[in-house]
Amino acid sequence: MTDLLTIGNTQLHNRLLTGTGKFYNHKLMKEALTQSGSQVVTVALRRVDLNATGEENILEDIPKDMILLPNTSGARTADEAVRIARLARAAGMGNWIKIEVISDQKYLLPDNYETVKATDILANEGFIVLPYMSPDLMAAKAMQNAGAAAIMPLGSPIGSNRGIRTKELIQILIEEMELPIIVDAGIGKPSEAAEAMEMGAAAVLVNTAIATAKDPVEMAIAFDLAVKAGRKAYSSGVGPTTTTAQASSPLTGFLG
Amino acid sequence: MSFYDEYVKVKHYPFDDFFSTITTQDVRRVLQKERLHTEDFLILLSPAAENCLEEMAQKAHQRTVQHFGRTIQLYAPLYLTDYCVNKCTYCSFSIDNDFPRRKLTLAEIEEESKALVKMGLRHIILLTGESRLHSSVDYLCETIDVMKKYFSSLSIEIQPLDTEEYQTLVAHGIDGLTVYQEVYNEEIYKQHHLKGPKRNYRYRLDAPERGAKAGMRSVNIGALLGMDEWRKEVFFTGLHAHYLQRNYLETDIALSFPRIRPNLGGFQPKVDVSDKNLVQAMLASRLFLPRAGMTLSTRESAELRRHLLPLGVTKMSAASSTVVGGYANKEHTHSQFEISDKRSVAEVKESLRELGYQPVVKDWEILTHSS
Repeated sequence: MTDLLTIGNTQLHNRLLTGTGKFYNHKLMKEALTQSGSQVVTVALRRVDLNATGEENILEDIPKDMILLPNTSGARTADEAVRIARLARAAGMGNWIKIEVISDQKYLLPDNYETVKATDILANEGFIVLPYMSPDLMAAKAMQNAGAAAIMPLGSPIGSNRGIRTKELIQILIEEMELPIIVDAGIGKPSEAAEAMEMGAAAVLVNTAIATAKDPVEMAIAFDLAVKAGRKAYSSGVGPTTTTAQASSPLTGFLG
Repeated sequence: MSFYDEYVKVKHYPFDDFFSTITTQDVRRVLQKERLHTEDFLILLSPAAENCLEEMAQKAHQRTVQHFGRTIQLYAPLYLTDYCVNKCTYCSFSIDNDFPRRKLTLAEIEEESKALVKMGLRHIILLTGESRLHSSVDYLCETIDVMKKYFSSLSIEIQPLDTEEYQTLVAHGIDGLTVYQEVYNEEIYKQHHLKGPKRNYRYRLDAPERGAKAGMRSVNIGALLGMDEWRKEVFFTGLHAHYLQRNYLETDIALSFPRIRPNLGGFQPKVDVSDKNLVQAMLASRLFLPRAGMTLSTRESAELRRHLLPLGVTKMSAASSTVVGGYANKEHTHSQFEISDKRSVAEVKESLRELGYQPVVKDWEILTHSS
């Protein structure tokens, strides 16, 4: 049985989403993206120079079979996110958009209020909208109502590599939301990607941990394997964990 | 609310007494911490911390790669005019330096823009002397209208303006503001800024805050190292950045560490800031402010820039001309200060790649309401 992830009308067989930031050269980025098996890659529109050719144009070094997920990095308001999204579509980057509205340059935490507004506008314009957000059930529901195609809660702040610190809140989203939950940001190690998948996340997005690894290509492969392992564990039913050992002398044994 | 209130609280702090109590142990303890407080920052600026520069460098490098990746943003300065109404002891543009002043016409700005685009640059900082007559907001708006079809990001380093004036420039497409306080020590500031509006210490000190209020995406501050004891000056700069980060979450705050360069007036710095001192200043600031941008200018030599790069730098200028009209026309020669790194853009990019860094020429898209 094939285990497919549906976003919008697209079916994906790979549950690792990747990014293009922070690599120290494009050649290495291309190789890491290819080896990761990932089918969706996010790229900041602000970094795309459509007039440039060769090495200066990041799009030329993204494997052609990947789905582009342009992001609105740099947007501080819904209005800026909307304009960046339109520029991306006009530039021929497809109709998927990851909304990033960040008005805090210190921790880079997303602004859920503005993100809901941008989701509403862009979904109405026919975009496949994937909002990046702080894990909050009510905000996620508002984004779903506004037409989001998936929800991307953060595991911990962007680039922090601190792992899934928002675990309880993400677990609630996984339980309560119908949309796919894609854990984005904060995943520093393959084991943490596996952890997110075991929790029932539909996918994870990993960029910094791959791009800044000593060997980004090998790290991309490690993440691919971890995501697959975590997904398989989830599908096959991870056993419940307990904090105490099972009692060896049952208290109700006398009942026979 | 102003950073001045915070400056006043610390300006008479007994720095030397504090430094004399700091040991290598204190520095190592700070290096174990996840988040640094003001006092930790001062410990990293102490003479005792000179024994721990390698440990500081390793940690600063790691923090920088984590937050910014192995990428360096490249930009170029464009000098629009060298008319200036201030009399400052250390600057070639000072009003009493007698040389033929220039102001680029819009046609010349177009020529300079084409030359810069040809060099492969997309982020430009516009510089002027400080003259409200020659570098007026209207002139800057006309300049922006010419330039925004060529570039992805335009910022300014000009005379300080009022909040409303900054707002006008932001609405036109300016996204970044650089204002160096030059020297935070208020008494020394008065000794070097002899005439003109620049004598107003407070108006300049509050300019970064006015820029942030006006919606500038990034604000770059700095002290001209060599004007006073560098440990104190770097401490005040870091506090200023911290103040701005705390109060203006939306704004990207960046720091520069310009050292005084030879110039037309033959000014001698009060304090000699060695390479080692510069390194310590950068490392302490990076560890105190892990998310702040850090700009390295062509004031430093190519060789030194190579070594400084991994210590926390996120942006650097390439192929800079500090001469008005210097890109399209090489015969203009009078510069604000002498640059040390005279390599071409291609050479700078190649050397970045050799060091394992990706040169980034475009990292924004001008979003004015007309776009």
